[in-house]
Amino acid sequence: MIVFLIKRLANAVLVMLAVALLAFLIFRFAGDPVELMANEQMSQADRIELREKLGLNDSFLTQFGRFVGNAAQGDFGISYRNGQDVMKLIAERFPATMELALVATVLSLLIGIPLGVITAIHRGRWYSEGLQFISIIGVSLPSFVVGILLILVFAVTLGLVPAFGRGDVVQLGWWSTGLLTPSGRASLLLPSLALALYQITLVMRLVRAEMMEVLRSDFVKFARARGVPRWRIYFRHALRNCLMPVVTMTAMNFGSLIAFALITETVFQWPGMGMLFIQAVTFLDMPVMAGYLCIVSFIFVTLNTLVDIAYAVIDPRLRDATR
Amino acid sequence: MTDHVQQTTPARKPSRLARWRQSDLWWSFTHKPSAIIGAVILTFLIVTAFSAPLIAPQNPFDPAQLELWNSELPPIWEADGQWPYVLGTDTQGRDMLSAILYGSRISILIGVASVVLSLAVGLSLGLVAGYFGRFIDNFLMRIGDVLLSIPTILIAILVSAVARQMLPPELRDVGSAAVLVLAITLSAWVQYARTVRAQTIVERGKEYVQAARLLKTPARRIMLKHILPNTLTPILVAATLNFGMAILTEATLSFLGIGMPPSQPSLGTLIRLGNQFLFSGVWWVVLFPVVQLCLLVVSVNLLGDWLRDALNPKLR
Repeated sequence: MIVFLIKRLANAVLVMLAVALLAFLIFRFAGDPVELMANEQMSQADRIELREKLGLNDSFLTQFGRFVGNAAQGDFGISYRNGQDVMKLIAERFPATMELALVATVLSLLIGIPLGVITAIHRGRWYSEGLQFISIIGVSLPSFVVGILLILVFAVTLGLVPAFGRGDVVQLGWWSTGLLTPSGRASLLLPSLALALYQITLVMRLVRAEMMEVLRSDFVKFARARGVPRWRIYFRHALRNCLMPVVTMTAMNFGSLIAFALITETVFQWPGMGMLFIQAVTFLDMPVMAGYLCIVSFIFVTLNTLVDIAYAVIDPRLRDATR
Repeated sequence: MTDHVQQTTPARKPSRLARWRQSDLWWSFTHKPSAIIGAVILTFLIVTAFSAPLIAPQNPFDPAQLELWNSELPPIWEADGQWPYVLGTDTQGRDMLSAILYGSRISILIGVASVVLSLAVGLSLGLVAGYFGRFIDNFLMRIGDVLLSIPTILIAILVSAVARQMLPPELRDVGSAAVLVLAITLSAWVQYARTVRAQTIVERGKEYVQAARLLKTPARRIMLKHILPNTLTPILVAATLNFGMAILTEATLSFLGIGMPPSQPSLGTLIRLGNQFLFSGVWWVVLFPVVQLCLLVVSVNLLGDWLRDALNPKLR
């Protein structure tokens, strides 16, 4: 078990180092950092001094080592665009994105699981087939299109909810939340739904497939024979056996949900880190891009590693398989 | 007698078309309505997109044909609609139908090019990794692992943004299609490489490959002529579904403003441009490109769904 743990952690560290290398390459070689930082009045001597101060004359390995060392302490340098600390910029935007992704995850479970159960029990009925077909469309629709359509229907035509921004937020220490004010909750509705739609279809299809398998098993037949009420069989006995893969997929997908949130955030002008990243991309603000890449990949890799380790704890066969 | 046989054998041998009509694949196609619907829609979209110069009422790239007094016309069925602007015009007087036809052509071309390029990269690296194994396999698959541990959309955005920055300014508009193809390829090849590698490792151990090696067949020939054809079935399915993904990625990048420029709009660019007017009641400039994009991707995915089921030996 310890060998497995060490191997899995070493793998995660290796992947993070590779991501850091990528981020470093972007920061260092996609355009000259001095040229991007300097303004017009800067003299040649100042430029050389800045180059020396940033350590750009050191060897590649020294520079990369320093980059990794700083990044591990949460220091990604300062933004080219407004001179602020990158980590501070990202930390300010972090709660908005997390709230969006968390609410989207909750929505996807709350909507996806019941739909999956219904389509599994009432297989072949018109509404189940209809939901199956809609789920293909749900997978095919890009998330920005879903966002635009939601805005067009619910904000522009019906005028029910705000279409952009975060509404009023409340500060809880360094965390800002929109969940405590009515306007914050109303603004959260459309973006989280747009982000969740893809996830809803995934959860629904997964639950449906698992349910159909479990419903064929002996213990369900036995429960039926014993006269247990149907809803109790479905929701108490069968559903519980389906939830493990759903939990895994939700945990694994949370990282990509945060990444895909950048599209949703752009559509809804949601002030999260995704929008910060897209602005950085258009302004070629390399430190912010590198910082965002490292942080999102870190979340992604950490979740995947945790899921793997959790699996190995639950199922000893996996430990031997990967050795 | 022998003459008679020689004369009739060629005639009896079924033509390619006839053989295709008798195949399992064709049978499963004709018995799956969603696949037929997908194929019909996709064919229609491709034909109309590529005959755009012939059928479009206007050349949306020619500024001389744009007239500002024709701007923001609603679709023809609304009260102020005007012939020939069937789907209305945008804020610069550009005919939406023409813009969508030309835009689909760009979207489809970029999708095809990225699938072809990522197939070429993925297949060759997968074959090499699976056939030679050891160091090169480890090396390539580690790279794949790293790429898979970053969300694909991030890779595409980063490559697209950085590559554009590397281009000289006068080439940025012209080169954006190539940059997009490169960005999508880099985020998509791993999947092909993994599939082919797994299959290659299985095939490498089989007798026909060992026989070919004993005959001193060059490694390149064994890989391309003997192993590759046996790995193509799952690849075909992946390529179809990835075609849809490639179109989506391109549209997303263009929507975010790091894809096709407004001078050569793809469907994503049109949606981005239209999105700015979402609140001014000019709904047609955003809704029609959206509908076209969805039709395109849904029809590709319907075909992909059918192929996956039809070619899956477990489901036969």
